[in-house]
Amino acid sequence: MAVGDSFVTAGDLDVAGLTARERDPDLVQLLTPEGERVHHPDYDVSLSDADYRSLYRDLALVRRVDVEATALQRQGELGIWASLLGQEAAQVGSGRALAPDDMVFPTYREHGVAWCRGVDPMVLLGLFRGVNLGGWDPAVHNFGLYSIVIGAQTLHATGYAMGMQRDGGDKNAVVAYFGDGASSQGDVNEAFVWAAVYNAPVVFFCQNNQWAISEPLERQTRIPLFKRAHGFGFPGIRVDGNDVLASYAVTKKSLEDARSGQGPTLIEAFTYRMGAHTTSDDPTRYRLASELEAWKLRDPLERMKSFLYKQQIVDQSFFTALDAEADELARRLRTGCREMPDPEPLAIFDHVYADGSTHLDTQRAGFESYLDSFADTAEETR
Amino acid sequence: MARALNEGLRKAMEADPKVLVMGEDVGKLGGVFRVTDGLQKDFGEDRVIDTPLSESGIVGTAIGLAMRGFRPVCEIQFDGFVFPAFDQIVSQLAKLRYRSSGNVRMPVTIRIPFGGGIGAVEHHSESPEALFCHVAGLKVVSCSNPVDAYFMIQQSIASDDPVIFFEPKRRYWEKAEVDPAMTPDPIDAARVVRPGRDVTVVAYGPMVKTAMDAATAAEKEGRELEVLDLRSLSPLDDATLLESVRRTGRCVVVHEAAGNGGLGAEVAARVSEAAFYSLEAPVLRVTGLDTPYPPSRLEETYLPDLDRVLDAVDRVLAW
Repeated sequence: MAVGDSFVTAGDLDVAGLTARERDPDLVQLLTPEGERVHHPDYDVSLSDADYRSLYRDLALVRRVDVEATALQRQGELGIWASLLGQEAAQVGSGRALAPDDMVFPTYREHGVAWCRGVDPMVLLGLFRGVNLGGWDPAVHNFGLYSIVIGAQTLHATGYAMGMQRDGGDKNAVVAYFGDGASSQGDVNEAFVWAAVYNAPVVFFCQNNQWAISEPLERQTRIPLFKRAHGFGFPGIRVDGNDVLASYAVTKKSLEDARSGQGPTLIEAFTYRMGAHTTSDDPTRYRLASELEAWKLRDPLERMKSFLYKQQIVDQSFFTALDAEADELARRLRTGCREMPDPEPLAIFDHVYADGSTHLDTQRAGFESYLDSFADTAEETR
Repeated sequence: MARALNEGLRKAMEADPKVLVMGEDVGKLGGVFRVTDGLQKDFGEDRVIDTPLSESGIVGTAIGLAMRGFRPVCEIQFDGFVFPAFDQIVSQLAKLRYRSSGNVRMPVTIRIPFGGGIGAVEHHSESPEALFCHVAGLKVVSCSNPVDAYFMIQQSIASDDPVIFFEPKRRYWEKAEVDPAMTPDPIDAARVVRPGRDVTVVAYGPMVKTAMDAATAAEKEGRELEVLDLRSLSPLDDATLLESVRRTGRCVVVHEAAGNGGLGAEVAARVSEAAFYSLEAPVLRVTGLDTPYPPSRLEETYLPDLDRVLDAVDRVLAW
């Protein structure tokens, strides 16, 4: 029996949506969990061997960033970390489909998309270490700040897309990332309304990872999420989020539609959060170990690896070299994270207002002399 | 005043093609108070945007537009309707600059017709300004007359910081000549609108007229009230406030919002901290009651009026 068959045949097995998914004829898949290439009439891609290798490289390095960051949190170097384990294909696939001038509005788990946009993972570590609140410039990488309030950024994405329309031409588009939990937020539904009525060039990319902390998908919806799009007046597509090729193909097509004036699309990337919600969470309290085991068989890296081998696109030396690259990246992250200096205390007053503030200047000066008073006391007692 | 705001918006839109006006009914209708009257006709639907009935959407998309380089001016139709947009204002608009280490600008103006006195139904007469003053990253201002309305709206739009712009809806029909050639006061400066030596009456927005009426009435009893229009609610212009109170030695703060946790408490605290030895009496507040805004047949009871201001003046003078 093939690895995936059990889910198709075992009708009673209801593992975090897997059964429903496997029976969904609408699911776009280009690579089976066993690494077999399948074709789809509407969403297909033809990539070079170099592209396939490069996609796998991104998957592997992004996973390594995640593993290292989780370890750094356990070692007390990060305050918290939101792991993307299991969602690499959804993120790398969609992230690689973006054109450089497309804009991204992420939530807080989009480390793989950040990677594809050229945001140094060290900068992400800085956010979770607490040296800043997200120190990158969205305009440099066309990658917005992480949004902790879930769904809020879908409206920003829609507004940004409306701005693109007003700047003339539909050359570029916007992707808004959010999760199944965020789909319950008013803002996400308002963003759907706005994007639809203004025909905004925005792609809503929902990573349905089955769990919103401890709340299962059944607490967010009674219909498949991608079907909601129809009610707002635009297409919805469900893609196998553990399939990097399908995630790439579907996102690429949706972006092209947006650029050519066809308005928004909702993509539901059907995937699974293999890890905890964050390092502060304990998923063993709310989900079964058997569920995790079932999803492990759908690992996004393993199926791509299997494909690369089967197609003889790579040999062992590719993986050996990639492992070495990942080790080097991990070393850089460990060292860099530990050496990251805390911000100066008075930096707390920086960047509140573009126009400055006399009141804050006064408070800053007062606080500075208060801090200095400790130094004076220390000197006097010496 | 509504006309002055309209002219100010028009001027700003002419000066900068990136200025957009967006909100519910702001297009063909010209806004429920006609503040945006005629703008869509002259600037088109792409710059004067009739939006879905979606307040969080109005502010949330304005944030995205601002990130794209636009200067959106959002109209929230009534004070009590701003709360669905509260998260976007407080957690997003106010903080994006700080969160991005200064990389993101948020030149968004949110116009809110506020306050009572027009016989409206519930949620149409509220004064939520203190809620916004508590949030770092926002500027909060209120105009009290047509001249300020004309200039302050332009100054707000020109600012790279988000501005919550409170328009006193019951003063929309106040009239005054506006000279567009004059040099306006800075937007963050308070102004002594009537000098006097006995008591500083601090007000803003709709209550400035009430304070002025009180000063006129008090004059007949030989009392000289100094009326200070705060104009900027956050930041507060401490210098002008303290200079006035140090001179008069007495301070009464007037606002329509509930007193508990209101802006009057902040004014009183700052005066007490910085000008304690100049005070001849405690700072008194004349405010709305600590109740929800009542049905309109009771709003005259709720709202501070001339008599309540004069009563407080009597009490600080009797100290």
